[in-house]
Amino acid sequence: MGKYIGQPIPRYEGLGHVTGTTRYVDDVSLPGMLYIKALRSPVHKGIIHSLDVSAAVNMPGVAGVITAKDIPGQNAYYATDQPVLVKEHIRYKGERIAAVAAVDEDTAQEAVEKIKLDIEEQAPVFDPFEAMKPDAPKVRPEGNLWEFNSGRRRVLRKGDVEKGFAEADEIVEHRYVEKMNDHAPMEPHVAVAYIDENDRLAIHTVSQARHFHLTQLCPVFNLPISKVHLIGGTVGGGFGGKNEMQCEHVAGVMALKLRRAVKFRLSRKEDLLYSTKRGAFVFDYKSGVKKDGHVTAHQVRGVHDIGAYHTMGEYAVEKQCLYLAGPYAVPNVWYDGHAVFTNKPVASSMRGFAVVNVTYASEIQMNLLAEAIGMDPWEIRFINAWRDGDTAPTQWKVVAAGLIESMKKAAEMDGIELPEHLKAMSSRRR
Amino acid sequence: MKKKGKGISSIGYATGFFGGADPNQAEISIKMDGTFDLLMGTSDLGQGCKTAYRQIAAEALDVPVESIALNNSDTDFIPMCLGAFASRATFVGGNAIIAACEDLKRKMREFAAPMLEAKPGELEIGDNKVFVKGNPEKSVGMADIGGASNFGGAYLIGTGAYIPPGPMSPDPKTGAMPLLSAAAFAACVVEVEVDTETGVVQVLKSTHAYEIGKAISPLICKGQINGGAAMGIGMALSESAHPYWPSVDFPADTLGDYVIATAADMPVEDHYEILEVPHPDGPYGAKGFCEMSSNAQIPAITAAIHDAIGVWITEFPTTPEMILRALEDKER
Repeated sequence: MGKYIGQPIPRYEGLGHVTGTTRYVDDVSLPGMLYIKALRSPVHKGIIHSLDVSAAVNMPGVAGVITAKDIPGQNAYYATDQPVLVKEHIRYKGERIAAVAAVDEDTAQEAVEKIKLDIEEQAPVFDPFEAMKPDAPKVRPEGNLWEFNSGRRRVLRKGDVEKGFAEADEIVEHRYVEKMNDHAPMEPHVAVAYIDENDRLAIHTVSQARHFHLTQLCPVFNLPISKVHLIGGTVGGGFGGKNEMQCEHVAGVMALKLRRAVKFRLSRKEDLLYSTKRGAFVFDYKSGVKKDGHVTAHQVRGVHDIGAYHTMGEYAVEKQCLYLAGPYAVPNVWYDGHAVFTNKPVASSMRGFAVVNVTYASEIQMNLLAEAIGMDPWEIRFINAWRDGDTAPTQWKVVAAGLIESMKKAAEMDGIELPEHLKAMSSRRR
Repeated sequence: MKKKGKGISSIGYATGFFGGADPNQAEISIKMDGTFDLLMGTSDLGQGCKTAYRQIAAEALDVPVESIALNNSDTDFIPMCLGAFASRATFVGGNAIIAACEDLKRKMREFAAPMLEAKPGELEIGDNKVFVKGNPEKSVGMADIGGASNFGGAYLIGTGAYIPPGPMSPDPKTGAMPLLSAAAFAACVVEVEVDTETGVVQVLKSTHAYEIGKAISPLICKGQINGGAAMGIGMALSESAHPYWPSVDFPADTLGDYVIATAADMPVEDHYEILEVPHPDGPYGAKGFCEMSSNAQIPAITAAIHDAIGVWITEFPTTPEMILRALEDKER
């Protein structure tokens, strides 16, 4: 233990958090500040034929309305993927189409309801397996499968799975189904934007990644980074959901148009319905194991339902490749991973990003393999656990492994008496 | 009838961006009174990076942790951080802080050399002062250095940056992408009680061991383990954005429909220990681990349900309805 490293000192801002004195973004209130509400798509998929905001603009208490044509720069963020406000093609229910700024949220909401929207509804697709069929409705003009550098599926090939299956004494096949999750942080999405005394755009943000978001926002505002600053750094929970922006772009465009301070915040309901999700996953595992407990092969097919925009959907499939076989040394691993667009809210990063999903499948698979050869679930894990110098499916060479030590400790804490030959093992090189 | 079961899982998790090359910068300067300003670009979402960052700076400078004020508020002056994600903040940001502190120490030695009538190379920094090697009596305290520099027309400021190797894309043919900053590990034992009449699963006991490299801030780590366990229980048993899937007509739009775990769902018995296998590239041997603390519960709970009722239900969240249907199927 160091002088300071390893010391259990209290949280730096803990007192403020527990006494309610920490200032979060929704605590920011500025003179003359307006409140924003968004018009969102009532359909899952469709084409906007016309949008008439005149009744909203003319309502008492309304300061202004923005639509796609009010965006000073590019109407897109995250690698030109998602629009800030949809101009034509609706891809999920709840997508932003227009925004109203008014003296309070009730007035803004009333004005939103006065906007006349002529929208032609189209047939949506929700099930990723349906979306993968050639004749499925297209969520995106380029098709419903994300294009990786290995084609329309992420390919991973380590060793030779057929050889692995031939060497195996038992083969186990199983499907794992994992639903969409929400981050549900204590603090919903919110932003406050204003033009500061130096004619620069200031945005109070809940962002988890402000420098990255600056690079995404400035092209939308058509401003250099020197004209925009993001204020934040103290966030009421994110869990990956605040790697994505829900309010900052709209609030910034509105502040630039009206030159007034604006606040755009999502209610809990809006946050749950429209913010990004952990994508749903289905994995099909086929695995081989020898009677002595060595796992010889995993052949995995994965389908990641990434919703209407990719943002980080393909990154999820790439990231999970490291743990396709769990934290275990398996010589032969084969993966075809698909990232599939559907007409659902956007799937993006969430705590344990995609690894939690593949870990679930590969861990249960270990239990099923142990069952198949009549082995204790601890023993099969010890036999296969990563040790220093082992090779992951991605060819990473394991450094500073600690799985065997973790298992020994957890068993000891739970009063489980492991056999001596397992207790004698360590994570150091084989 | 209430049936008990036990399940285990063992997991790993990666530190940092897949493909590497995810940078951070850090900046630290000495103030008029010999305390320090640490500027960082990383957002604290509750994961506690502000606390860990101050501890790393205090250790690197060997000055009291109370003397370090951390500001991470405005992109006008905070150094660059790619983001508080991928369990990377302590590992990457911590290495940047150590580099910034080394830079500041070098500048403080140069500044203090004439004050101590010595060469910079003859000076050491420790115990909140700069002193002559082998002669710690001959020293100048941080308060004096802060005053003399700030009022003497000098600005002692240390900057540092860290970037893991990369960037690298997976090989198109094999998917090989051998870069990784670090990996942490955990093992988990969960005991559940399944009510075979209602299908409700209660987690009775959970036991975790986490190997996370050097734990910079053990209280913060334990907070992560507790909070992550709650999230894992929620994901395992109740959280679904589309509770009526395959219908999307009734998405969860209140916290009554999107059911996160509450205190009532937490196990009465909850044990955890931290193990440390120091990582050669981590700040003081630390690895990243924040995210993984919600990963182990889900497979362990599934295995415990199987142990209790003899059925593998390999879909999460595993709701009471699914338990009851599985029990019905089993009886048929």
